[in-house]
Amino acid sequence: MDMGAHVLLLILLSSLLPGVAIFFLREEQFVLRTALNLGGALLKFLLIIGLLVGVYRDGKTYSLSVNLLPGIDLVLAADALSLLFATLSAVLWLVTTIYAIGYLEDSPNRSRFFGFFSLCVSATVGIAFSGNLITLLIFYEILTLATWPLVVHRGTPESFRAGRIYLAYTLIGGAVLLGAVVWLTLLAGSEPFVVGGYLQDLAADHGTALMVIFAMLMAGFGVKAALLPLHSWLPRAMVAPAPVSALLHAVAVVKAGAFGIVRVLNDVYGVELAADLGVALPLLLLAVLTIIYGSVRAVFADDLKQRLAFSTVSQVSYIILGAALAGPIGAVGGLVHLVHQGIMKITLFFCAGNFAETLGIHRVDEMRGVGRRMPWTMTAFTLAALGMIGIPPLAGFISKWYLGLGALEADMAWVTGVLVVSSLLNALYFLPPILRGWFSRREGPWPDERHGGRWLETHWMLLLPTVTVAAMALGMGLLASLAISPLYWVTFIVEFEYGYDHIWSAIFEWETP
Amino acid sequence: MPSTAFMADVILAPWLVIVPLVGALLAGLWPATARWWGLLTALATLVLALLLALQVHGQGPVVLALGGWSPPLGIALVADGLASLMVLMTAGVGLAISLYALGYLGGTARGRWFWMLWLWLWAAMNALYLSGDVFNLYVTLELVVLASVALVALAGGAAPLAAAMRYLLVSLLGSMAYLMGVVLLYGAYGTLDLQGLGAQVTLSAAPMMAAVLMTVGLLVKSALFPLHVWLPPAHGSAPAPVSAALSALVVKVSFYLILRLWLMVFPELTLPGLDLLMGGLAAAAVLWGGVMALRVSRLKQVVAYSTVAQVGYLFLLFPLLWAAPGGWQAVVFFAVAHGVAKAAVFLAAGTLQQAAGHDRLAELGAVMRGRLKTSFALGIAGASLVGLPLTGGFIAKWLLVQSALEAHLWGWAVVVLGGGLLAGAYVFRLLGPAFEPGPGDRGRPLPAIMEWVPLSLALLTIALGFAGTPALALLARTLVGGGG
Repeated sequence: MDMGAHVLLLILLSSLLPGVAIFFLREEQFVLRTALNLGGALLKFLLIIGLLVGVYRDGKTYSLSVNLLPGIDLVLAADALSLLFATLSAVLWLVTTIYAIGYLEDSPNRSRFFGFFSLCVSATVGIAFSGNLITLLIFYEILTLATWPLVVHRGTPESFRAGRIYLAYTLIGGAVLLGAVVWLTLLAGSEPFVVGGYLQDLAADHGTALMVIFAMLMAGFGVKAALLPLHSWLPRAMVAPAPVSALLHAVAVVKAGAFGIVRVLNDVYGVELAADLGVALPLLLLAVLTIIYGSVRAVFADDLKQRLAFSTVSQVSYIILGAALAGPIGAVGGLVHLVHQGIMKITLFFCAGNFAETLGIHRVDEMRGVGRRMPWTMTAFTLAALGMIGIPPLAGFISKWYLGLGALEADMAWVTGVLVVSSLLNALYFLPPILRGWFSRREGPWPDERHGGRWLETHWMLLLPTVTVAAMALGMGLLASLAISPLYWVTFIVEFEYGYDHIWSAIFEWETP
Repeated sequence: MPSTAFMADVILAPWLVIVPLVGALLAGLWPATARWWGLLTALATLVLALLLALQVHGQGPVVLALGGWSPPLGIALVADGLASLMVLMTAGVGLAISLYALGYLGGTARGRWFWMLWLWLWAAMNALYLSGDVFNLYVTLELVVLASVALVALAGGAAPLAAAMRYLLVSLLGSMAYLMGVVLLYGAYGTLDLQGLGAQVTLSAAPMMAAVLMTVGLLVKSALFPLHVWLPPAHGSAPAPVSAALSALVVKVSFYLILRLWLMVFPELTLPGLDLLMGGLAAAAVLWGGVMALRVSRLKQVVAYSTVAQVGYLFLLFPLLWAAPGGWQAVVFFAVAHGVAKAAVFLAAGTLQQAAGHDRLAELGAVMRGRLKTSFALGIAGASLVGLPLTGGFIAKWLLVQSALEAHLWGWAVVVLGGGLLAGAYVFRLLGPAFEPGPGDRGRPLPAIMEWVPLSLALLTIALGFAGTPALALLARTLVGGGG
């Protein structure tokens, strides 16, 4: 075990231990709780940056394993893909923690909330660093356990109902997933994730079994990724407090599902085998259906958080679409959207939380004139929403551009049509709140005005994270060609994955057959 | 390893019976200091059980002829992988129950009886695990039953007494059936020794009859659906440490006996349809126990019905025994994981009940919020019952599904996974009240140990999540009879 392996363990513990400690703090121990929260979040962030530098500079991968059963290990490993997801989690955890401290000020049961919040992030980072399918399954299930208390946190009958539905979906999904993983382990053993997959030799004898297992794996991960028809828990889970929704949508739960699907497709089956078995195309079609369906539902949702939830259903399937295109450029588009959607969606949820906390705005038609009252939040909302629509030079444009190129590369030009339709639908549900917010005039008082700050439009702990993530969403688009951008890192991953010298050469090959 | 060589000569098995028996005697003689004798005994037994497991792990099964007479003339003590694992599980859970009882019963008059009966029960269970012949198994089984019936009645009052009487009658009925089987076997083969019988039993009428009688008799005691009706009142109304001992340990005793018989004596008797019948009952138990656990309104009743459901998993043994080579080991690991988790849940339930003064689930929210350690114990051990990862329950579920799939028994794999979902439903139902709005309330003052013990056991279920490999290695050192 080398240094890097210890760092992996430390990264997990940096949120697990503070989380456990926070549970046992009294409500009024605000300073200590905040110190533990932010200290853990900062430490995790720094450790992951350190690991990131190591992986990039030395091309090393780190791993750490603990035996579970004969022939089966729990493996933590840091490769380029896991660091992409881990970095996203660490960054967003840091900002969401600050936001949540401001949001939950003076509300009851904060220690419990932040305890489970930290457990939730530990599970997410565990998913990121899972080195084989069993480890991924383990952390994936722990995530279910850690998020349920956050969904029911308010303790109202609606939140219990949402919690029940969430559990029903995720536990059944987990059981299907467990069956699939056990079966696959019986066939192929417990192999580490490897670029291109490790099942090629089995295809001849066990083709049908591999197809069934693939379907089961997609069903298991698809529940959290809110893939059609397993999506309907997500809009209901909106009863949770805003920081929870933000984290659930941007990194923790839905991304865990999408990340699992990407892992299975790339590092268990391998895109070539998936294409040979004929399972990539049905997945692609399902992703396309989900993209359209989610957008259509979002258009008809009047509640702002509902609208954002259906938008998530749609947008997360972009990631799956990118992976299912089974080519390097599509993969870049899908993976980069994993980050871009995370940043943009968390911005939108922070904004929705700010509107609700400050002025009591919950519905789209209540947003008239909010731009004058809360210009900073409204600017952030506008940036993120325009990004989601895919307007250049914002982050969402980069994702859609690569997805479109990837579709052309895979000889599926019709997918670009889907992207265009989806963008139009995005515009249809994001432009009304933007237009109302900026250009309509408010008559009468706000539904429930609370923060009447003299200098700032709302509490600084709500505003600062919102503006920060909005700036990141802008920066990721504007500065996409710099070495620190998600696009650059994703290109690095995909080059490694597909063995190309440079991603542009792949495009070049496509242009001149 | 030098330590293994040193251990090779040490005779441990008899001490595992003698120590708790002497403890029971001392506790009976000096009731005022009974609890300290109890604690001392529990510690000593745990150390002995650990040493025995190490010894068996190192050098394989230990067969000890008592008094120098080897079977069939004398009585043999057999410590193999299966026996030593059960003894170890009993000792671990036993120590926890003893520590908990220190706080729960204190120095009350009821407590004095508890210690004597509990140590007696412990000695009887160890003797049963280490017995090598079917008659000794009968005697020890009776001792286990008498001790546990007395423990149920300890709660006092009409309802526990009625439950105890019912438990006694049902158990006696079971014992009679078992004894008739023993007589049949002795008549046919002239020996009572497990290994001796295993070498002789072939597919014929007498052993078949014996197998049916003994298995049915033991099924009653294991409370397999539909013979479970005595269990929820008995386990639900006993004092918390007793409930834990009954659900976590005593139920496993008769299961162990069934497993032992079918592993060593009857492996040749592949009765047609037996696997389907037993598997069907097992599935029905999982379903019925799960559904009832969702319907009843008292905390301890929910936990008791959870035992009915989890006993179902144990009897997936029959479909797996012949079809999957590692199947029975998966079931044993499940039994161990369930033992630890169920003890933790029952003890946590006892703490909440004592703090709140009742165990009506819907009204426990405030106390659950006030007593975080206990609620966490309930949550973590509950996760193990569901089979969620990083707990012993997860490894057990994994092994069960793996065995079923390996033998292409898809249906039983679905039963295991589906049963996990039902368990999920009732475990999260237990935890629900903790998340209702309102302040926490610690309820009546209780000794701190009543919070720490359930939590420690719950953490032990997490440790079990990493104990799969050594446990299977220990189980590989089990004596099996017949051709297998």
